[in-house]
Amino acid sequence: MKTEKLIAVVRKIAEKIESEKDFLTELDNVIGDGDHGINLARGFGEVEKKLDALADKEPAEVLKSVGMTLVSTVGGASGPLYGTGFMKMGMALKGKEEIRTADFLEAFQAAIEGIQMRGKSTKGEKTMLDAMIPAKEAIEKAWKEDADAIAAFAAGIAAAKEGVEFTKTIAATKGRASYLGDRSIGHQDPGATSFTMMLEIVGDEV
Amino acid sequence: MVGFVIVSHSERLAEGVLDLTRMMAPDAKIAAAGGMEDGGFGTSFEKIQNAIEEVYSEDGVIVLMDMGSAVMTTEMVIEAMEGKKIRMADCPVAEGAVTGTVDARIGMGIDEILRDLEQVGTQKKL
Repeated sequence: MKTEKLIAVVRKIAEKIESEKDFLTELDNVIGDGDHGINLARGFGEVEKKLDALADKEPAEVLKSVGMTLVSTVGGASGPLYGTGFMKMGMALKGKEEIRTADFLEAFQAAIEGIQMRGKSTKGEKTMLDAMIPAKEAIEKAWKEDADAIAAFAAGIAAAKEGVEFTKTIAATKGRASYLGDRSIGHQDPGATSFTMMLEIVGDEV
Repeated sequence: MVGFVIVSHSERLAEGVLDLTRMMAPDAKIAAAGGMEDGGFGTSFEKIQNAIEEVYSEDGVIVLMDMGSAVMTTEMVIEAMEGKKIRMADCPVAEGAVTGTVDARIGMGIDEILRDLEQVGTQKKL
């Protein structure tokens, strides 16, 4: 994936988040502070405005710009978290003209580590990491077993969706939902859900 | 004098904490970074950065935050302002702001104030 395609993917993610913002906010209303969709849509709206100016930059620069824009414009926890994720991906891909599956996996791992560091969180706390970590592992496993990129991403998306389902079964121990304790059980995590939406877009474009 | 920044999801909460500190430390250096640019709930990278710059001196700045993105966004601002003397205090915001500004007003240094603030959350009210 080169810059042109990457920009198209980011644009589609922005459109998806915009069209799903009410659904994401609804999920967050139940167990959080009811701003996930609105905040992310605002952030990606600002991201979209900057994409045209990045057309002649390398993919790393695009990802860094997406991350920094999210950090400065989202306003909720998803800003620093997704922002850190995109910025770390950018750092991992520095100097590369094209993102291949192996590069993506390396960047994805860097994003996960960045988000764990920023949120002081790990798998099993009812957060976006519960979709991200299984997705990364599934893509990597399929890739190592010689699946093509399309099949590998399909495996990743399936794992992310399972991760979202898993978040319904556990109580939150991080984020606003942790204030609800066991009462958060039965509801899916908005962050895991928005991440899965993003990965689906990436999967469509691979 | 050590400066203070109050980061909250709510503009009115941050401003209210400033009002509270003025009762005992009217001349303390303290700035609010509450809510988003448009006044809505959330935390703003730019507002936090501007507030730190407003009260910054060589004596340093202590930031007090409410929860979640207030903490994470503050961390990212501090990373972006690398090399400056900015610390985060892990304590209740209102009580910490009053304690800290009184400390600063009587001339305490940043490390001494931070040690005081560590105790703020451990004192029971009842």
